Amino acid sequence: MTNVVIRFCGDSGDGMQLTGTLFSNLSAILGNEISSFPDFPAEIRAPQGTLGGVSALQINVGSEKVYTPGDKADVLVAMNPAALKVNARNIKPHGVLLFDTDSFNEQDLQKAMYKTDNPFTELGLSETIQLVPIAFSALTKASLADSSMDNKSILRCKNMFALGVVCWLFDRPLEKAIHFLGNKFAKKPELLKANTKVITDGYNYASNLHLNINQFVVAQSQELPHGSYTSIAGNKAAAFGLIAAAEKAGKKLFLGSYPITPATDIMQELAARKDVGVMVVQAEDEISGVCLAIGASFGGDLAVTSTSGPGLSLKSEAIGLAVMAELPLVVIDVQRGGPSTGMPTKTEQTDLQQALYGRSGECPCVVIAASTPDNCFDYAYQAAKIALENMTPVIMLSDTYLANGTSLWKLPKLSELPEIQPQSVPQELKNHYNPALRDPQTCIRYGAFAGMEGYEHRNMGLERDNQTGAISTNPQNHAQMVANRQNKVNQIANKIPQLEIQGDANADVVLVGWGSTEGHLKAAQQELHKQGKSVALVHFNYIQPLPSNTYKVLTKFKNIVVCELNSGQFANYLRNYLYEHSQGNLPQVCQYNKVEGQPFTVGEIVDFINSKF
Amino acid sequence: MTAQDFKSDQYVRFCPGCGDHAIVMALTKAMAEIGIPRHQTAVISGIGCSSRMPHYINTYGFNTIHGRGAAIATGLKTSHPELTVWQMTGDGDCLAIGGNHFIHSLRRNIDINVCLFNNRIYGLTKGQYSPTSPKGFVSKSSPFGTVERPFRPAELVFGARGTFFARTVDVDMPTTVDCLVSAAKHKGTSVVECLVNCVIFNNGAHSYISSKDDRAEHAVILRHGEPMIFGKEHDKGLVLENGELKVVKIGENGITQADILVHDAHCQDDTLHKKLALMSAPDFPIALGVIRDVEEETYDEAVNRQIKQVQEKSSIRTFDQLIGTLEHWEI
Repeated sequence: MTNVVIRFCGDSGDGMQLTGTLFSNLSAILGNEISSFPDFPAEIRAPQGTLGGVSALQINVGSEKVYTPGDKADVLVAMNPAALKVNARNIKPHGVLLFDTDSFNEQDLQKAMYKTDNPFTELGLSETIQLVPIAFSALTKASLADSSMDNKSILRCKNMFALGVVCWLFDRPLEKAIHFLGNKFAKKPELLKANTKVITDGYNYASNLHLNINQFVVAQSQELPHGSYTSIAGNKAAAFGLIAAAEKAGKKLFLGSYPITPATDIMQELAARKDVGVMVVQAEDEISGVCLAIGASFGGDLAVTSTSGPGLSLKSEAIGLAVMAELPLVVIDVQRGGPSTGMPTKTEQTDLQQALYGRSGECPCVVIAASTPDNCFDYAYQAAKIALENMTPVIMLSDTYLANGTSLWKLPKLSELPEIQPQSVPQELKNHYNPALRDPQTCIRYGAFAGMEGYEHRNMGLERDNQTGAISTNPQNHAQMVANRQNKVNQIANKIPQLEIQGDANADVVLVGWGSTEGHLKAAQQELHKQGKSVALVHFNYIQPLPSNTYKVLTKFKNIVVCELNSGQFANYLRNYLYEHSQGNLPQVCQYNKVEGQPFTVGEIVDFINSKF
Repeated sequence: MTAQDFKSDQYVRFCPGCGDHAIVMALTKAMAEIGIPRHQTAVISGIGCSSRMPHYINTYGFNTIHGRGAAIATGLKTSHPELTVWQMTGDGDCLAIGGNHFIHSLRRNIDINVCLFNNRIYGLTKGQYSPTSPKGFVSKSSPFGTVERPFRPAELVFGARGTFFARTVDVDMPTTVDCLVSAAKHKGTSVVECLVNCVIFNNGAHSYISSKDDRAEHAVILRHGEPMIFGKEHDKGLVLENGELKVVKIGENGITQADILVHDAHCQDDTLHKKLALMSAPDFPIALGVIRDVEEETYDEAVNRQIKQVQEKSSIRTFDQLIGTLEHWEI
């Protein structure tokens, strides 16, 4: 098989995230491609067995490149009736359903609000789904009968029994799984012993019974270049990208941040990295988070703030200050379902307009977007590089899907990463420096930072004279400064990669996306190709400024379909851009939008294109 | 270095007669006395009349956005503890829009020196009441008088566990310079409440202690280790009676100078500091000078110490070493 999708679901206390992560790593280590995405409840501990407390993790394991966690699961592991109810729509008609028979009792069915005692019929599950009932709870108890652990602790191990069964089903060697458990429970020998026993018994149970199902065999991917790999989530990758950029640039990394779902992991990851000299201040609020960073930037650091949509709103004024003061600043916005508190644990691309325009005055800053969990590393690195080299704030957009999803990541070496040359100040300006002085070619102001002798100056959010740097309300000067700040950002278009066409460059239809939808769009483009439909894909990571060949590339196509997880924010931005750059040919831009707090599925994109073209 | 070295080339645009002129003078004098080089000094401000200060001081300066000076100063100082960082702020900037950052900088005890210009009015927006305007105050935004209770800045400082609080009045140059020098020497968040007069919108707000004679009678200048004596004839003092402060006359009822309280600014317990700071007319003199000055580890020290400690124990120094510690495998 080229790929298999497995989805683990259970109560939020059942350890489904751990189980899925272990399976994902286990597959990666065997040379499979992986892509995973968790779906967990907003409640920290909803009542056990209820619909609100269901947690799931879906993993796509492939022998070829996998671009998404998969639309629907080939294998669904459900630890209780609530989990089955919530996830029933995620299983394929010919899929395999493993479930814990011990939990499918009257009490648990009631908690999950079933109306009948036949959950499978009630949920309308296809009759072609292969049901595999296993008494996970009872078998786990039997496995640990000789253990001194209490009943509750024993039952907590049932996820490992399920993992043992799944390991057999996918022919994954147990030794590797036990090795991972060893790392996980390094400091808890008793738990390690128990979990090792249960996973082994689970594996043997499946093996001995020769469960009446076929094993899945996913061969090792031949496309992966040799190297060291790990699987990484987007937030963690972004944190590492910043660390790498700081070291490459010879700067201290400073993060000012306030906890907010789904961005908090970035702060937590960096707070643990004092060993490499990262400084993190957990602020009293979102505004303080960005202001702390601006203070550190004034002192010459690589300064960063991380947040999500509501936090970005609060930071608007301070980002405007960084634009006006022309200080380097990285803002990572991990988008979630909005507006307002919205759906904090769900994914959306609805902050694009806020990132582009959400400030007072003519206030351009650079906007870029990561598109896979692992390239959150690259775009966080690029955000830092652009900010430091161009003396500008850069907003990097990620989202829940990238932040919590994982993909395979080939470990980079610092020496292989692009050079970063932070903007500095020519020596001859010593004792003659003011903050209005800029490189006449690049339009970037010279960077001198607090503590440097002979470059003392006053910076501000007030408009400054373009020669002396002093406060100015002169009309022509203001117009000049507005132009200077815009030019500086516009010129970055010459420093970023050109837009590339993926798929059939001669197609009539081009799918256009930005940010986290890349995987789904790529998979949809390839699926359409398989079906004999000629479609191209153009995907954007650099949004403001757009790559300089954007107009040229897009006007090659008769039909432009912008697909995004909002109501058309990028489509509108693109229409405006194409209009401004029009050389007679103004193409129609049509839209495919979804605002449900969920990623696209490949199937729905394919269906849409087939229905329209 | 002289005070002149710390003056920038910018024309000082405060209104003629504004108390802020005196603070420019006092701050440059204090900076000369402290002797920290210009490039190692940063003056950070928010928005308001007071926040224009950085433009007039020839060091590093950053006139930022309304209320956020404390957060920006905290970021700079935490990351660059070698700098001496001043925050210039007013009663609106600091206690209204910036109130949250103010109390949290005090809680953390970040080593910055806060000059809080208190003129009990919004000047730059032309005359609205502020969080320190007295109840009933008539202004453009309170034509029938305010119905709000004002903040007393000292209470916020003590409530947020502040380690340094001083008070001065614009017309008293020596006390202002003293307070600013002491603030700079103090490690931790130093708050100097500067009572300044807004000649245009709130003239005479501090007239009770403005003239030299009034000040002698109506204010007590506190100095660590010295008795709390005031009055033109140095004949009045403060004593504690049943746990409460009381004004007494030396030479009356058998009171001698030895009975007068001696100021201990370094006392950890802030009970008496608070009582002194909150003394008000007409029963009590207004307390000026350094009221509280106690030592505690600063936030910037603690953050940098912790990083150093972790680094001493860790073998990870570089990015390459760091990602080598991730669970990874060869393909």
